Amino acid sequence: METVETPQPTLAARGRALRGVLRPVSVVLVGAAVFLAVGSLQSEIFAQQTVAGLAQGAVYGSLALALVLIYRATEVINFAQGELAMATTYVAYQLIAWGLSYWEAFFATLAIAFVLGVAIQLLVIRPVQHKSVIAVVIVTVGLFILIDGLVTWKWGADIKFMPAPFGQTVYHLGGVAIARQDIGTLLVSILSVILLWLLFQFTKVGLGMRAAALRPAAAALVGVRVDRMLAVGWGLAAVLGAVAGLMTEPSQYVLQPTLMQPILLYAFAAAVLGGLESPAGAVVGGLVLGVFLNLVGQYVHAITSELRLPFAFAVLLVVLLIKPAGLFGRRTVRKV
Amino acid sequence: MRPRLPALGTIAAAAVVLALLPFQLSGYHQALAAQVGIYFVAILGLNILTGYSGQISIGHGAFMAIGGYTTAIMSRDHHTNLILTMLMAFGVCFVFGLLVGLPALRLSGVYLALATFALAVSVPQLPLKFSKFLGGSNGIQSHTVVSHQRLYATAWAAAALLFVLAWLILRGRTGRAFRAIRDSEVAASSSGVTLPVYKTLAFGISAAFAGVAGSLYVMATNGFAQPNEFGVILSLQILVGAAVAGLGSLWGVLVGALFIGLLPTVSKDVPLVGSAHGQDVVFGLIVVLVMLLLPTGFAGFLARGARARIRPQPGRAS
Repeated sequence: METVETPQPTLAARGRALRGVLRPVSVVLVGAAVFLAVGSLQSEIFAQQTVAGLAQGAVYGSLALALVLIYRATEVINFAQGELAMATTYVAYQLIAWGLSYWEAFFATLAIAFVLGVAIQLLVIRPVQHKSVIAVVIVTVGLFILIDGLVTWKWGADIKFMPAPFGQTVYHLGGVAIARQDIGTLLVSILSVILLWLLFQFTKVGLGMRAAALRPAAAALVGVRVDRMLAVGWGLAAVLGAVAGLMTEPSQYVLQPTLMQPILLYAFAAAVLGGLESPAGAVVGGLVLGVFLNLVGQYVHAITSELRLPFAFAVLLVVLLIKPAGLFGRRTVRKV
Repeated sequence: MRPRLPALGTIAAAAVVLALLPFQLSGYHQALAAQVGIYFVAILGLNILTGYSGQISIGHGAFMAIGGYTTAIMSRDHHTNLILTMLMAFGVCFVFGLLVGLPALRLSGVYLALATFALAVSVPQLPLKFSKFLGGSNGIQSHTVVSHQRLYATAWAAAALLFVLAWLILRGRTGRAFRAIRDSEVAASSSGVTLPVYKTLAFGISAAFAGVAGSLYVMATNGFAQPNEFGVILSLQILVGAAVAGLGSLWGVLVGALFIGLLPTVSKDVPLVGSAHGQDVVFGLIVVLVMLLLPTGFAGFLARGARARIRPQPGRAS
């Protein structure tokens, strides 16, 4: 395995280039953080919106990370990611209805999501993987419709209720009301991202997955089972999606088949904002987007809640047009 | 690879069948057949964009929404003749298509897919915001309502006209430019194709077709234009239809339209899942299976069967 770990010159150059990108970006992010901190001290509503935005942003970030994991490995955007997350949330609903406690159901659902993700990769994605991009996109679109149909068929389109995982407590910090649910959502999402990062950074499987994503051919030569790694990647993405789904449900108060459709768009915007290839970028992009949308919704009166989605679309479009590589992405040079 | 105008005999036969069909069908089936015609127009439009000029769009439901709302608003406010509103929808969506095509110039492959998907999700939100003019979630009721039979006639007449128009566009200089761009932008540009002009034009034409489809779509829903009629699923269905048809083939469009128009109804009667909500299960399953088994769509399947030369796969990200 040492051969993989030895940084090749190109990788080192890539690292240098990335550091070059990171400096201005981190200055901007630190500036934004200072702005948020000062603003929160100045105004209670500002602080409330910031905390709520961070919680929502963490959810966008985890779904965005799920998309990025798959995109990095295979350059595929999984349009069914949100629906898969929604379906696994229904699984949790069913488990709770069968008598499990919320957190038992939570972890059982994550395990089921992993199996589902792996199964989908093996059964439907692998056969088309090496065909055109459009074929894979259509397959994920087909999965979108299929999963949507399965859930509606099994559980119906009417709304369902799940117990609130963090209760309805609201803390008062000075004059700032902070919902326990927001704190919980933020912690669970960030914790799952950190666990994933540890997995990638410090385990053999994680190393294999990074190798398989970065240089599939070379990884295969040193004995990494690239195919298996891709399947595990889909499994992990499904787990992250399940976390996002389970954390979205309490914020919507009800469970219905359209649960994740708007969240998917926010996750797309977050992933593009962070740079489609950057896992850290996805999470940061999610947090930035969550806070930004909340503050804009609070202070710009033209942007009402109906315009939240179109506004996210505008963010996505502006990022794609001005800085397609996103905050953390590398600029790709196309040779002619 | 020029799109060939199918032999005159086949066209005449198809025209006769389509013309006589309504006399054999009940009102319900006439509406269903009209629905197929509507999808035909929409898929035709998407095929011009994705199949011929190589730009993917998951947002054609958005253009259909704009076309549909054009019809509903003109009919509500000015009592305009519905046929006339179809022409207006064509024009309005052509302009919107050009506007979307401009930023799309800088996007390709996955990024274009993302941006157009976001468009499809965003546009149905606008009626909710501007509810005074666009009717909110209840939608807009147009002034006149058409009967099933007239709907059928209008839809298929529009489909036939637009099919000929598409053929005329694609057979000449413009179509050649589109296909050159699809196969290689670099090669196209070095042989003198002005990329921005033709790529934007493809978006405009494609959106205009979708606009007419949207206009018909509103007529088919008893003259109601509602935001959730034009949800993201509609965009996905059209893309699926185009893929099943086989991108880059005018022939397959009918198969694609039949597929998305009839399959949900047919699959209601499939045992086991044939309940009220089971249709999407069958639909999604068949979409996935078709893509696994016939990656070049129905047209590609036929071409392979006829031992025609292998078509280049369109739409591959550059």
